[in-house]
Amino acid sequence: MLRAKRKTGLIFFPAFDWAIDPTHPEREERLLYTQDQAMEEGLFDIEGLVEFKSDLVSEKDVRRVHFCVPDVASVMTESHFISAGSAKRMGVAVVTGEVEKGFAIVRPPGHHAKRVVHGARGFCNVNIEAIMIEYLRTFHGIRRVAIVDTDCHHGDGSQDIYWHDPDTLFISMHQDGRTLYPGSGFPEEMGGPNAAGRTLNIPLPPGTSEEGFLYVLENVVLPVLDEFKPDIIINSAGQDNHYTDPLTDMNFSAQGYARLTELLKPDIAVLEGGYSIEGALPYVNIGIVLAMAGIDYSKVREPDYDPESIRQSEDISRRIRQVCDEVTDIWQRRYDITRERQEGKEYEERVNRIFYDTDGIYETQHETVRICRECAGALRIDSSSDRGNRIMAVHIPKNACEQCKTAGFRWYEQAEPSLYRKIYLQNRPDDEFVEKVP
Amino acid sequence: MIIGLDVGGTHTDVVLLDKDGLVRDIKVTTDEADLFHTVLSGIEQISRHIKPRAIERIVLSTTLTTNAIVQGNMPDIGMIVLSGPGIDPEAFRTHEHYYVVGGAIDHRGREITPVDFDCLKHVTKKLKDSGIRHVGVVGKFSARNPIHEQKVRDALKRSFRRVFLGHWVSGSLNFPRRIATTFLNASVYSTHKKFFKAVRATLEDRGLHIPIHILKADGGTMIFDASIKHPGQTILSGPAASVMGAIPFSDKTEEAIVLDIGGTTTDIGIIINQGPVLEPVGIELAGYKTLIRALKTYSVGLGGDSAVKVVDGRLEIGPERMGPAMAFGGPAPTTTDALRVLGKINDGDLEKAATGIKGLAEHLGISVTEMASQVYSTFCSEVLRYAQMLVDNINSKPFYTVREYWEGYTIKPNRILVLGGPAKSFADELQRISKIPTTVVPKWGVANAIGAAFARTTCEVTLFADTQRGILTAPEEDFFERIDSSFSREDAERKTLKLLKRKALGRGASRHDLETEILESSQFNMVRGFSAAGRNIRIKAQVKPGLIHGYEVISRRLMDETGL
Ligand SMILES: [Zn+2]
Ligand SMILES: [Zn+2]
Repeated sequence: MLRAKRKTGLIFFPAFDWAIDPTHPEREERLLYTQDQAMEEGLFDIEGLVEFKSDLVSEKDVRRVHFCVPDVASVMTESHFISAGSAKRMGVAVVTGEVEKGFAIVRPPGHHAKRVVHGARGFCNVNIEAIMIEYLRTFHGIRRVAIVDTDCHHGDGSQDIYWHDPDTLFISMHQDGRTLYPGSGFPEEMGGPNAAGRTLNIPLPPGTSEEGFLYVLENVVLPVLDEFKPDIIINSAGQDNHYTDPLTDMNFSAQGYARLTELLKPDIAVLEGGYSIEGALPYVNIGIVLAMAGIDYSKVREPDYDPESIRQSEDISRRIRQVCDEVTDIWQRRYDITRERQEGKEYEERVNRIFYDTDGIYETQHETVRICRECAGALRIDSSSDRGNRIMAVHIPKNACEQCKTAGFRWYEQAEPSLYRKIYLQNRPDDEFVEKVP
Repeated sequence: MIIGLDVGGTHTDVVLLDKDGLVRDIKVTTDEADLFHTVLSGIEQISRHIKPRAIERIVLSTTLTTNAIVQGNMPDIGMIVLSGPGIDPEAFRTHEHYYVVGGAIDHRGREITPVDFDCLKHVTKKLKDSGIRHVGVVGKFSARNPIHEQKVRDALKRSFRRVFLGHWVSGSLNFPRRIATTFLNASVYSTHKKFFKAVRATLEDRGLHIPIHILKADGGTMIFDASIKHPGQTILSGPAASVMGAIPFSDKTEEAIVLDIGGTTTDIGIIINQGPVLEPVGIELAGYKTLIRALKTYSVGLGGDSAVKVVDGRLEIGPERMGPAMAFGGPAPTTTDALRVLGKINDGDLEKAATGIKGLAEHLGISVTEMASQVYSTFCSEVLRYAQMLVDNINSKPFYTVREYWEGYTIKPNRILVLGGPAKSFADELQRISKIPTTVVPKWGVANAIGAAFARTTCEVTLFADTQRGILTAPEEDFFERIDSSFSREDAERKTLKLLKRKALGRGASRHDLETEILESSQFNMVRGFSAAGRNIRIKAQVKPGLIHGYEVISRRLMDETGL
């Protein structure tokens, strides 16, 4: 009889009645064949695989991460509340020891959702991993978190949320941004002045195959994780690196994803993208589940799988080795870089221009972070969209020092009311969220 | 008149009902070694002095196949499995003569790899050389397209006496369960067939020319002829009989817990608005997870005769039964002895019962009466705890759509129905502890047999339409049709209900009892390359488990007689 070596929780929420629009890749049908395959394999009958019931997040859970414009209810549908809630439920099950590992096979996804939310971008409205992580940090004593994003698209939303946080290691491996949405995710994007090197981006050339992904994992991701020593590892388990994915140009496979999962040993995996709904998802999802639970996955293959036909060229291998060296160098020099970037500065500012492709909104952000050697630094974002919404968002990080707390409160108090539709304060140390409408 | 018969572990209950109510009821001792004799003597005794022509219906619930499976008392058969990509089919091995042959179908029912007939030839030879006569053939996704199973069957036809195909067992997807179910069907086939053929022959000898209905695990019946293909469905009909026996005494607006308290075990089931709650996938028996439709029941090793002991200063009841209660000459104290001491029953030797309870009381340093009360209430709390576990289990069922989430209602029982030999003695205490109104089912000692007698014929149909491929199939029913792109979900639902009615009538249903229900109905737009390519439609419908037309009059009479 089949038995999981590691007790593994699963939440399956395919949202069979939710779509961005009827022919959009993010539509009702997306997980239909994955469900068929999971049921036909008898996945939920395997001893040690436990199916959990989906759950909801509250608006408060969302506000721990996001500034939603104008409010939470306007940017989320019921599906988003359930998909984020399922990730959260899975996280709680793992950290409380109900199960050893957990995989939330849910939609809609979340890794393109940034801290400020004016609408949907890259099929994402809210960041379901971040909502889970901040919940676990608030109620379950988790501090150091590593997010490894293996979706084919750069996880720019997660990167944005954890840009300044030295307690969160964010690693994204993805198809080179010069050839794919969202166009970002280069090694030089390595985190803010208070957390340099805690964001690591590994862009990969189109055509990267099993060999390339596993090379990155073994030569960058695993050594970095070893040193970072996270309390938990989250895998943003997008499946659009697959050789049959219609939106991307990579050559990854079900066997490769399963092997990657086996090596990475994530505590919690959350499904992100993946749009080859018949040719890839049924096999990749089964492979990941089995690998997490420690069950033999050697026969989980796509019907047309042929490792020879998807093998990467020597040129691709060379370019991957190069980028891995570059990223390893950033990681090893992270404290020096942090010091250099903090030197002689009290604040750092950046301007972000963000396009919400799904909803067609343009946003401009003026971001100010307080340079701090003790915490992630108080953060202020002045954000305006082409829909005429201008807001001021102030974030005081979870483990803020006294000076950063004071700075945050002062920004919130002193914001010029006439300029903004709303002024928000995310006070993470007290787990409070307040806003004023001038 | 109707005969209902339910074989239990110790007793077999038999009832005879007519339009005015219960004509008579008897209990015969079950002889596990000779169930044939047990069943026949039950029928014979109940129908004594009754004209054979007066008997219109007979329903049997036996432990025949259950026992065969639990005891592993099954002839050697062969299993041939065709797997596609996925979990290694070796993981689902049922026994020695289990062979994997190449060939694969995908989730849409498309052939990926053709059947490996060369390999099949070798396997056939091996099976024949081992003297095997019955074979089960199961393909992955055969519930979507059974072509491989059929081709293998055609190739095997001449070599084996009977071949059982996986897609017959259910329209649900679950390859390992399909394998286990087909294995069980093939394994209990001979036992089942031999037994019921003999019963039928004997009844015909006595002038009873009526179809024999056999109770299934889902609380419905099927006639003997229909059971030949699906003998596995007759397992665990006992707990189903109990739940069906309680249905007439639950109200249309109630969510009721059914407790059938026996000597060795208590069977727990749930009824909502007079309909029993079913297992979502299928029942499990002796480690075999199956696709056999079944009522959601839970059997716990807590009965009137379960041994009671004190371990580390704590009272423990069951799960083992050492023999009858001490009041009836048994070796160890039981809850029945506590009932005797408390005067809740008057049968049995009071002194012997008290001796048993005294032994426990001394461990805890309390009086015999206090001890007996403690045993009594502990028993009831334990039963209620298990009932709550069953309710929680049903309430924790996952949901897959936003609509299901909003509909997501949970069961909050507002009635307890108790049956079984000692039912009457426990009702008050169950009510006191649970604070849920508790009713003893009239004729509680044979209510299970009454449940069997009244059970209607049930079945299920699963239909699958794929307008992109132009196919409409219900493989379980051997139904295949071409459709065009205009085929709609409404068309599919209509077709499903038509197939369902045909199937139910073929399995012995009466036209009055075709209460059908669509269980699942979903339609997905299939999009390929940003434009609509077709629709993927899935429908599942059932004849609801319930009671046959006309039972109300009889059950009302039973209630009146008992003063309820
Ligand atoms: Zn993606
Ligand atoms: Zn600080």
